[in-house]
Amino acid sequence: MALPNTLTSSLARLRPARGGHRLSTTRPKAPAPTYASGKPNPLAHLSPDQIERIGAELDEIRQEVLDSRGERDANYIRRLIRVQRSLELVSRTVLLFSKYWPAWVVGTTGLSLSKILENMEIGHNVLHGQWDWMRDPKVHSTSWQWDMASPSAQWQQAHNVQHHTFTNVLGKDEDLGFNILRVDPAQKWEPGNLVQPLTNLLNAVFFQYGVAIHDLGTPALKRGERDRATYLADLRTMLKKAGRHAFRDYVAHPAVSGPSAVPTLLANATANLVRNLWAHTVIFCGHLPSGVETFEVEAIDDETRGEWYVRQMLGSGNISGGPMMHLMTGNLSYQIEHHLFPDLPSNRYAEVAPRVQALMERYGLRYVSGPLYKQAASAWGKVFRYSLPNRGQRRATLRRLARRVLPRVRVPESRMLPA
Amino acid sequence: MAFTAQRDSRPTLQRTIRDSARSLARLITTPLSPGDYLDLFLPLRAGAPLRGRVVAVRPETEDATTVTILTGRGWRGHLPGQYLRIGVDVDGVRLWRSYSITSPPTRHDRLISITVRAIPDGVVSNHILRQLTPGTLLMLDQAVGFFTQPDPLPAKVLFLTAGSGLTPVMGMLRSYRFPDAVLVHSAPTPERMMFREELHRMVADGRLTLVERFTDDAGVLPAGEVGTVVPDWRKRQTWACGPAPLLNDAEQHWAEAGIADRLHVERFHVQLVVEGAGGEAHFTRSDVRTHGEAAEPLLDAGEDAGVLMPSGCRMGICFGCVAPLTDGSVRDLRTGDIVTATSDEAVLIQTCVSAAAGSCSIDL
Ligand SMILES: Cc1cc2nc3c(=O)[nH]c(=O)nc-3n(C[C@H](O)[C@H](O)[C@H](O)COP(=O)(O)OP(=O)(O)OC[C@H]3O[C@@H](n4cnc5c(N)ncnc54)[C@H](O)[C@@H]3O)c2cc1C
Ligand code: FES
Repeated sequence: MALPNTLTSSLARLRPARGGHRLSTTRPKAPAPTYASGKPNPLAHLSPDQIERIGAELDEIRQEVLDSRGERDANYIRRLIRVQRSLELVSRTVLLFSKYWPAWVVGTTGLSLSKILENMEIGHNVLHGQWDWMRDPKVHSTSWQWDMASPSAQWQQAHNVQHHTFTNVLGKDEDLGFNILRVDPAQKWEPGNLVQPLTNLLNAVFFQYGVAIHDLGTPALKRGERDRATYLADLRTMLKKAGRHAFRDYVAHPAVSGPSAVPTLLANATANLVRNLWAHTVIFCGHLPSGVETFEVEAIDDETRGEWYVRQMLGSGNISGGPMMHLMTGNLSYQIEHHLFPDLPSNRYAEVAPRVQALMERYGLRYVSGPLYKQAASAWGKVFRYSLPNRGQRRATLRRLARRVLPRVRVPESRMLPA
Repeated sequence: MAFTAQRDSRPTLQRTIRDSARSLARLITTPLSPGDYLDLFLPLRAGAPLRGRVVAVRPETEDATTVTILTGRGWRGHLPGQYLRIGVDVDGVRLWRSYSITSPPTRHDRLISITVRAIPDGVVSNHILRQLTPGTLLMLDQAVGFFTQPDPLPAKVLFLTAGSGLTPVMGMLRSYRFPDAVLVHSAPTPERMMFREELHRMVADGRLTLVERFTDDAGVLPAGEVGTVVPDWRKRQTWACGPAPLLNDAEQHWAEAGIADRLHVERFHVQLVVEGAGGEAHFTRSDVRTHGEAAEPLLDAGEDAGVLMPSGCRMGICFGCVAPLTDGSVRDLRTGDIVTATSDEAVLIQTCVSAAAGSCSIDL
């Protein structure tokens, strides 16, 4: 059976993965009830036929959206880009007078909103290639640069390739959470995890730099999967971009503001902070709240299209809310739909969501969704809970640690108890 | 160029100030450019990518329409007979097509007009005919083309046209007063002939001799019979534009008469050879793989798969679409010839007239 052209091309669009993954075209095998580690397999209740039918149904939904993609969608993204740029222009102009506090408040609010729109609903989605079909070189995944420290191409490699392919596969998905945090009992505990609530907070505050550093792929370099020269070149590109952006927000604009220099600097810092906290929170809610499944590496052995779809559905969680919430999250509030169809235009997720939900419920799969505060609290709960070793293993972990810390402390032979 | 020379001779201080202002503007707008913000209000300003705004859409006949476009300030003008490429968003997708300019060049205003005839199932031509409204922004390229008049004008000219092939000739007739011009034009019926009234006025003014041929009654005039309506055709410099059979026929007839150098031809469309099977096309830089049909130009296949493909005339004449074929084989759709790249030797191909012949890799 051949993969539908649209799917292969959407997967092929992703640049070659570090440690690649290819979908299998054979029929899915019957899911094992548990993984080798003993962890229950979330697909266990599905038969191979059902998995295949899920794949076919989702392909159909996808095709319907592709077939009806058109002027309305193009107008949507163009209008949004116009609105965002105008908002930015107006806010930055107002900030020229930010020594007057009302101007500061208005300008900072506007700039924060503009940065959020630019990153989430525009940048993230354009860089996914959601708008490439318009063939507009100015709104294209290969030419777009966004207001984030991470250069587009590096982010695309790390995010589109690594994260979207290996979603929630422990040890493979290095996205937020699984990389620097311990958020699943199957992850090994390290003493560093004790401070992970603090690490996570810092990551939220400096999110754009956290993302940029993450996208460099330092662990891959250490594992020998990345070439040193390209790594250093990427590092230079990133530092240059981050430097230019910092110069813009903290030197150039304040300088232009003259007597309002310091308030402008503070306004820009605030807008970056607001954007960082918001983006972090939204992304944090995508894969970590309770009810979202994680997978073991075996899950992607010879994975078929249907299995890939099911893993994406189970490995993501939505945020409920009104149209404004969806817009400001860049429609990542439809994380499930986004992970199923990462290159469909984001303005269409809302209309496919009820169908995806109905399909999941029909097949006994849990459609995880909840209001932002609830999902964020649940994800933060995990950060706190798993900062400690698993219950019941705490003593053993301590012993293991003690042995690691005190390996050379020899107990004199004479003091040893007889066996 | 005079323009650059003049710039370079400006006082250095002024230049330094201007350059620093520019880099400051770039810095405060990074990662975008100042132009991205100016585009919000001034899409037609100097220095912007060339665009145009539709100012009027006027039906010419039941299946042809004239579009008047206000070009951006970067427009460098045109010579009568030249065409320009227009990027139109049809159902949200930007499609580029070439259209001959039918308006005469003017010194000061930036208005040009094109006349488009709808082709059955033609995506862009039908969109222009039925959907395009005044106010729409179009993407443009500068005027190009060699289907133009020499300076001074020839003493005797013949225009041999059919259907929408009249458009570049109309541009010339409106721009020049030829000492002796004959137009032999074929159209399906008098009603469907574009510019008919205006041409008759030119005849009345003594500027033109017109031979009309209505093909619904009489069939297309074979090029071989041009002598029956224009006895001195051999002495004339001839410009021909129309459907491929007419042009092929004319080229053969003029060559047989030993005066191929007096015939100037403009083609709107190439006839493609279709044979064999397609194959997988791999656009290596974008890392996109897609299936290319035997009859499908790689340009179309690539665009459909979301690759940003360079392009121009889309019919094998401008070389705007050239890209290296780094591996595999493609078929030249004009001749059916196979072109193969080896691993150590890439070949440059025109993607608009090449189709996959088995798997192939293109460096785009
Ligand atoms: C230099 C140049 C100047 C041109 N000037 C004009 C002009 O002044 N006025 C004008 O109306 N057109 C002109 N054309 C043709 C124009 O560029 C388009 O090809 C035409 O409008 C059809 O586009 P479409 O998108 O509607 O058709 P498409 O959707 O691209 O094609 C639909 C079908 O028609 C066939 N086809 C495409 N073009 C032609 C054609 N010209 N003749 C016959 N079959 C065709 C295709 O192979 C396809 O099967 C010019 C073309 C060139 C290269
Ligand atoms: S686009 Fe002009 S030669 Fe191919």
